[in-house]
Amino acid sequence: MTTPPTRPQNSRRARERHDLWVAIGFLLPNLLGFLLFTSGPVLFSLVVSFSNWNLQQTVPFRWVGIENYVQMLHNSEFWLYTINTFYFLLGMPIAVFGSLFLAVLLSQKLRGIVIFRTLFYLPSFTSGVALMILWKSLYNPDFGLINAAIRHVSDLLHLGITPPEWLLSTKNVLGLDVERVAVNRAQWGMGARDAIIIMGIWMGIGGNNMLLYLAALTNVPQELTEAGELDGASSWQVFRHIVWPQLAPTTFFILVMSFIGGLQGGFEQARVMTNGGPAGTTTTLSYHIYTKAFEEFQIGYASAVSWALFALIFVLTLVNWRFGNKEVSY
Amino acid sequence: MSAKLRNTLLYLLLTLFALTALIPFLWMALTSFKPLEEVEKLNPVPTVWHPENYRKVFEQISFARYYFNSLFIAAWVTFLTCLTSSMAAFAFARLQWRQCDNVFRLYLATLMIPGVVTMIPNYTLMVKLHLLDSYTGLIVPSAFSAFGTFLLRQFLLTIPSALDEAAEIDGANKWQLFWDVILPLARPGLITLALFTFMGNYGSFFWPLVMIKSEHLRTLPTGMLFFDSTYGRQTNLLMAASLMNIVPLIVLFIASQKFLVRGIQMGAVKG
Repeated sequence: MTTPPTRPQNSRRARERHDLWVAIGFLLPNLLGFLLFTSGPVLFSLVVSFSNWNLQQTVPFRWVGIENYVQMLHNSEFWLYTINTFYFLLGMPIAVFGSLFLAVLLSQKLRGIVIFRTLFYLPSFTSGVALMILWKSLYNPDFGLINAAIRHVSDLLHLGITPPEWLLSTKNVLGLDVERVAVNRAQWGMGARDAIIIMGIWMGIGGNNMLLYLAALTNVPQELTEAGELDGASSWQVFRHIVWPQLAPTTFFILVMSFIGGLQGGFEQARVMTNGGPAGTTTTLSYHIYTKAFEEFQIGYASAVSWALFALIFVLTLVNWRFGNKEVSY
Repeated sequence: MSAKLRNTLLYLLLTLFALTALIPFLWMALTSFKPLEEVEKLNPVPTVWHPENYRKVFEQISFARYYFNSLFIAAWVTFLTCLTSSMAAFAFARLQWRQCDNVFRLYLATLMIPGVVTMIPNYTLMVKLHLLDSYTGLIVPSAFSAFGTFLLRQFLLTIPSALDEAAEIDGANKWQLFWDVILPLARPGLITLALFTFMGNYGSFFWPLVMIKSEHLRTLPTGMLFFDSTYGRQTNLLMAASLMNIVPLIVLFIASQKFLVRGIQMGAVKG
């Protein structure tokens, strides 16, 4: 070995510079991909949102300033789709607390618990177009399994329930009107939007969030829960006052991620199950962007809506962050 | 409450939830063997079993082709993503350079950009590059992952740095250090990323939907959509196709549970 045992002092700088070029080399493939497919496009879409660009080129290209944004805000459909997008978030608390509940069940020391974990996870890791086609059949108002079950129970107990029309109905549990922003008693019930929420809960409840809660539950220090039990606290009290605060960072992470994901969601459901209908009630902003861009080829307008969605997500995430971080610190 | 009673109650609850998860799958499996007239009847089990429904799926649509395309595209995306992500992760975790942390933060920030914002420009880019309706156009834009870089960086940070010095003393250059020393040690992290990427791309819907025009490039999700909208009344065949669609995922999951579950839990610890 001829290398001197100690390197001369001046080499750190030189090494950093040397490593810089090596680092650039290693980063290059990923970085190029990024510039080309992520950061470039984001800026490009902002620029395009100020134009009337149409892929069919029937209209000559010109810059239109903020016209697309003005048009968007004056479009009553845009507001319906925004309401739809937020409506779909209604399932989030049920899904998140459901995941926590399942994780608590799975954290019990019982035989064969891994089998249950796998079964709970099954809908989540197979979710996608195939399962949405399956649910479309389940929701068939006349022949689907769900209404068959409802009718069966109703007949058995003489309840006289008329099962919902599910994907064909504009009714919703909040009784929101379709035409204007108002509550309409005739709209009260279960319809397409609720059907999609229920399916989403079924798909997501045993998924990644449950696994995150499961990991967080095993990380709660046992001394804490044991101390609570020694002091005579009931299991609910131990959970509420000892375990739940320990889970706060996980809950915060899950809520923020579900929120971001939820606002972008609804595309697959709309494309596969409802085509955005009935009467546009299952069209979310992301499906609206898709139809504008890829069915009507209005790239400029679609880019404007996509930037509005981006801004909405960004602002609400910041608000969440400020509000949530305060809650989390205990 | 006695321990026995408590356990019985727990098992009851667990079974109830497990059944809720399973019943739609059971219905799908049983329906796939029914004759068409029985689909809308309430008998859960087919009176006569029709395994030839599965053959019919392959006769009516190019299902084998969809299978191949989905697996082929997902495999390529997985390979390229693992390569580009591990190289970038190596630069962030094992090399000393100024601004390293700042550049990394910038990478993380891009995770917040919604897919819908980049989709339209990416589509127009593909139009300009004449890559619409091609394997290249389906594969390359998906081969760069900020999430993958993040996941592998966290993993590489746990490998002791003494190894780098030892390799350097042995005269290895950085590429050899990366390829011969670090990558083999990063195998569990790579497997996790590979599984996520593969499963994600096997089911990917939006990009193939806008990119594919010709029949022979259709993937399983887009092919299923086509099958549903063209032969919508044949629920039994649709269910057979759906079941065949998800079987590879189930096999993959059962074979690799350990990596997936750990990976999901690891990814969020530092999140």
